[in-house]
Amino acid sequence: MSAAPTPIPGSEPAPKRSRRGSVPRGTVWVFLAPFLLLTMVFVIYPLTQSAVLATQQTYGPSAKTFVGAENFTNIASDPVFWKSVRNTIIYAMGSLFIQLPLALMLALALNSPRLRGRSVYRLIFFSPQLMGLVFVSILATLMFEKQAGLVNQAIHMVLGGLGTSDGMTSWLDYPWLESRVMPTLILISLWMYVGFNMVYFLAALQSVDASLLEAAEIDGAGPLARFWHVTVPAIRPVASFVVMLSMIGSLQLFELPYVLLDGSGGPNNQGLTVVMYLFQSGFEVGDLGYASAIGWALSLMLIGLALLQFWLMRRDEA
Amino acid sequence: MSVKKGTIARQTLLQLGLVLLAIVTLVPFAWLIIASLKSQQDFFASAFFPPGDGLFGIGWDRLTLDNYANLFGLGFGRAFINSLFYASTTAVLATLISASAGYALAKFRFRGRDAATLLVLGLIILPPTLLIAPGYELLFKLGLLDTVPGLLVPFLAPAFGVFLFRQSISQAVPDQLLEAARIDGCSEIEIFFAIVLPLVRPMVGAFLLITFLGMWNNFISPQIVLQSPDKQPLSVAIAQLRGLYRTDYGLLMAGTVVSVAPVGVLFLMLQKQFISGLTSGAVKG
Repeated sequence: MSAAPTPIPGSEPAPKRSRRGSVPRGTVWVFLAPFLLLTMVFVIYPLTQSAVLATQQTYGPSAKTFVGAENFTNIASDPVFWKSVRNTIIYAMGSLFIQLPLALMLALALNSPRLRGRSVYRLIFFSPQLMGLVFVSILATLMFEKQAGLVNQAIHMVLGGLGTSDGMTSWLDYPWLESRVMPTLILISLWMYVGFNMVYFLAALQSVDASLLEAAEIDGAGPLARFWHVTVPAIRPVASFVVMLSMIGSLQLFELPYVLLDGSGGPNNQGLTVVMYLFQSGFEVGDLGYASAIGWALSLMLIGLALLQFWLMRRDEA
Repeated sequence: MSVKKGTIARQTLLQLGLVLLAIVTLVPFAWLIIASLKSQQDFFASAFFPPGDGLFGIGWDRLTLDNYANLFGLGFGRAFINSLFYASTTAVLATLISASAGYALAKFRFRGRDAATLLVLGLIILPPTLLIAPGYELLFKLGLLDTVPGLLVPFLAPAFGVFLFRQSISQAVPDQLLEAARIDGCSEIEIFFAIVLPLVRPMVGAFLLITFLGMWNNFISPQIVLQSPDKQPLSVAIAQLRGLYRTDYGLLMAGTVVSVAPVGVLFLMLQKQFISGLTSGAVKG
């Protein structure tokens, strides 16, 4: 804390310090109490309850029966749950393997020296992120609208109404896309999140040692070798943070498909995500117990992912 | 000479690519704003501006504010005020509560400090999804369903904010300054508001914006907690609008513009602080 000599942690402050400009006892709790109190009531208590709920079947918030581990065995054999897991993982993979590399490429482009208008580009690419997911979803439903939606008008302009009977081309008229909602969601999330992740990468690139890059260039290292051996090690901590953030966000996808598909899972539940299924189970079916169990299943996936990442980082450092 | 030529060509190519991407990024916004100003008929007739004999061959006179008028006729103004109130209240209180807790963890030595810090770090990785069902049950028990406190209070103590403020306060606030203030007889509350908060002003600005945006764009909580139509924020109101008027595109467009514009203005005012605050946790931590 301070430069003042401090005795064993937890014991009384040194008398010298309390004589001049002393801190009244208990001050710290004045600052800490609001946070601790709210956290106990609205986070820790519900967290314990969520474990209790997961062993119950409920009908609304008051009527419940104890079912033990039944919720979890039901989840394990629930095809709709596994479909939602599959869909969610497809979306998360889209973030990991399409969105983040694009964000990094964009950051590298903006980071090139002598580039004019960097801050303007940064602002523009970041701007979709400000629009909340609900509002993006509304905009997306309109852009993918069958007749007048911008996407379909663009397709129409390029393809000239190929393959449809009424002369109007629609994104959703392509059977492959109609039966798979996730590619559309990944496309929308690209628009929304590439700039957001780019900002992180751009910040990380500031910590790349320019003289090291120059030295590598003089030593005859090509652009790819320089990227791999100088840039990547320097941005690795931020990159793993961004990967984590993006995975946690992707696995909890809810608003986008919920609004886009008007509360349903879409054709053949192709757009149903885990959190959507949790919402449906808890608030449409009214079984908060099953919803809690789904919440725990998802959390276990997230914790597993965090541990995996932690292990990979440790392995890299070793 | 040839090397320079190469770099110029590369710079031009880069600029070209970036301009193209910037256009792709901005087109949906432009389309949204223009479509909100068109009648239903013109919405189907033209992709962007309706053609006419005005300047640039655009039928400026065919643009209309009717969609906005209809929107507020449907009670959207109420939802706007609700959103503004929920988001600003949450922003101010959550920032104060997490800044004071962050200050406590950064600058005080007390029994249980390590445990409290560990708690904060643990809570950051806790997936909020886990709290949806039991949180609903808790609000039901407390009689807070369909009330404004029921919506806001669970968001007033973000562990993420405590962590950010702990980091920035321990870096930006020198201990000697606090001690000097105490010797001068400042009260602890005065020290917090007059010395600590001003020293971490960029973080205060960034976190106000983060929490404001979080509540403004929050959809799942009001959807679960609130039932009365007159309490709904914009996020829920617009999703309902889509359910009820799914073919009134102009109306939906206008609703989206009204919901997004204030956030855009706020961001333009605070963007520098926001981006630095956003990345500080990642880069420094």
